[in-house]
Amino acid sequence: MKVAFFPGCMVDMIYPEIGIAAVNVLERLGCDVEMPDDQICCGQGLINSGYRKENATVARMIVDAYETSEYDTIVSLTGSCMNAIVNDYPIVFKDDPVYLERTRKLGERFFEFTDFIVNHLGVTDVGASFHHSVTYHKSCHVTRLLGIVEPPLQLLQAVEGLEYREMEHADRCCGFGGTFSFKQPEIAGEVVYEKCRTIIETGADVICGADVPCLMNIKGALSRMRSDGRLDRDIRVMHIAQILDARE
Amino acid sequence: MSILYNTDKTLRERVSDCLEDDFKHNAIRTAQEVFYVKRGELVEEMGDGWQQLRLHSMEVRNHVTENLDYYVKQFATNAEANGCVMHYAPTGDDALWEVLDIFEKHGATYAVKSKSMMTEEVGLNEVLENAGIKITETDCAENILQTAESKPSHIVVPALHFNRDAIADIYREKRGYTGSSVPEEITHFLRKILRDEFMEAEVGIRGCNFAVASTGSVTLVTNEGNGRMVDSFPKVQIVFVGIDRIIPDLEALDTMLALLPRSAVGAKMTAYFSLDSGPRGAGEVDGPEEVHIILMDNGRHTLANSEFKDMLRCMRCGACLNICPVYRHITGHGYGSIYPGPMGIVLTAGLAGYDQIDTMAFACSLCGACAEHCPVGIPIHDLIRQHRMNIVEQGKNHAVEVPIFKGLELFWSNKPIYLAAMKAGRPVMKAIARGEDALDENSVWIPVVKGWTSTRDFDVLSETRFRTWFKEHKKEQAKNGKGGEQ
Ligand code: SF4
Repeated sequence: MKVAFFPGCMVDMIYPEIGIAAVNVLERLGCDVEMPDDQICCGQGLINSGYRKENATVARMIVDAYETSEYDTIVSLTGSCMNAIVNDYPIVFKDDPVYLERTRKLGERFFEFTDFIVNHLGVTDVGASFHHSVTYHKSCHVTRLLGIVEPPLQLLQAVEGLEYREMEHADRCCGFGGTFSFKQPEIAGEVVYEKCRTIIETGADVICGADVPCLMNIKGALSRMRSDGRLDRDIRVMHIAQILDARE
Repeated sequence: MSILYNTDKTLRERVSDCLEDDFKHNAIRTAQEVFYVKRGELVEEMGDGWQQLRLHSMEVRNHVTENLDYYVKQFATNAEANGCVMHYAPTGDDALWEVLDIFEKHGATYAVKSKSMMTEEVGLNEVLENAGIKITETDCAENILQTAESKPSHIVVPALHFNRDAIADIYREKRGYTGSSVPEEITHFLRKILRDEFMEAEVGIRGCNFAVASTGSVTLVTNEGNGRMVDSFPKVQIVFVGIDRIIPDLEALDTMLALLPRSAVGAKMTAYFSLDSGPRGAGEVDGPEEVHIILMDNGRHTLANSEFKDMLRCMRCGACLNICPVYRHITGHGYGSIYPGPMGIVLTAGLAGYDQIDTMAFACSLCGACAEHCPVGIPIHDLIRQHRMNIVEQGKNHAVEVPIFKGLELFWSNKPIYLAAMKAGRPVMKAIARGEDALDENSVWIPVVKGWTSTRDFDVLSETRFRTWFKEHKKEQAKNGKGGEQ
């Protein structure tokens, strides 16, 4: 099966290893993965900060890049980027009827990574093994706004050796919120520290999620807590794709 | 505009004050947990019924918003037929004049009051006090706030920021209380002093949770009995009704009453509920002789005709505050508005205007938990973002941020620029990180970046782009004659 892949800009900029793991998993499941080179970012940070028209410039590029691909399925590695394309682009393009129609059609072809594997490919056991305790952050965009609740958990539970530990209030926000993180750092800091405390309390070795921005936020906070003594052990922060690609 | 308070401080300063106040910080978190658990249990118990109720309430409320003038008229006509005196107040100031007129007509100088957001919205207490009228808040929490000269930190439990010791001290200092900090003892004291005030007051002032158009009735949902005393003891009663409180009929009231206490405090019902239809009738032994209804618009028609019309469904239950990750840490005092939290951002910005609200519209991570919990399905986070879009469109954003967002627009839509920036960015970041893989607190001298690194480390750009790996990978596959299967 041919699929087009949408990694999201953070994977391209900072975390290529997450994208590599996801491509490995998809290929192992028999997908022929393609990726248009003319895509960069969904631009959600712009509309979420109020800059709708500026987001339109960025969004046109995404629509152009993926619309022309001959694949009828597009897999998004990050829930929030997918949410932006499917749910926000209709607002972004509200005064551009041509792109509005194009984005509506494009949205129908988008699938979030875990949802795609479980509900489209019909696979829950991807053959991974990961002998560690893992907790999963039920990020707002994947869980609440896209309504993808079970697939990530089903995938994790099928991983050999993996011990799943649910954190308290797993579906609460990590405090990232795009530019909110920069504009209101004191509040964002409080929110993510609290999220980290619930992660630490599980005693898990690994925290994983299906939304790269949240992972970046959590990783940054855990790292700060580790260096200032609030955390006394290493906790790995991984995208679920990396666990599904693991043999350890 | 009395919606806002503590405006001589910036939002950031107010937030810092709140974060430093450990008691307040913990109190709000504990309260959130309690409400969250209790509400969750009741909602779960109802199964699908909860969602059906929500949908029904949305239908009913939208119908009223779309036919607002019709229902305002129907309510006013029926309330008048019940013997109430109607006062239509397009603005808060109009409402205040009407109230002052009523006091003047009766030569009244003493009033008791039960909780009403509308009176807070227009700053009624201050105006009456300035006019030489004594006004006593009789709701426990409101009385604490009034005595302490403090502001509400929550819309449903407004004195959340005081613990029992602080409350005992307030009454010791201001009202001669001599007892302990045991809540029952303080409440008993309050009950005693309030009794006298109920007996003496000439006017009772109250709010209204829902106004029933078909019967012209006003309702009061409370947990303390004081509302019932306010609406039955004084001879003259003034009811503040926002035009967005109107619902069509008693059947709709039933739906709303199933949603409100469950959402507000996680209870199936409250201890008291009053449905009042006009003044004391012939042969009745209690109730006011005169009932004045102040039907107040104060910006609601404007909201009803804007992108924010969904907000008119709001029943002020506070469920969105009780789940909000931001409110959880900064309380109502961080927002500096009598309407705090998610609903507060939408309402405050909508009623007070963008020039007044500092950066409040941006104090939200857009997580959407509020919308999920809202009993009347208001897409609160979308409306907050709509405010942001309006702020930018109207040029009311900070001028310094514009080049940053314009820069991002360019950076994310122009591949050569993006790739060049990536290439140049890594060595710079590496240098700042002193060779490490993340920027730590030593980078807080850099504008914008410090927003992140003041509380978290920031990973530096990777050495290679994912897209570069991907191209190599595809070349490799082509060379090995592989498709996708391995
Ligand atoms: S917006 Fe919804 S949840 Fe918030 S107070 Fe209003 S009705 Fe309640």
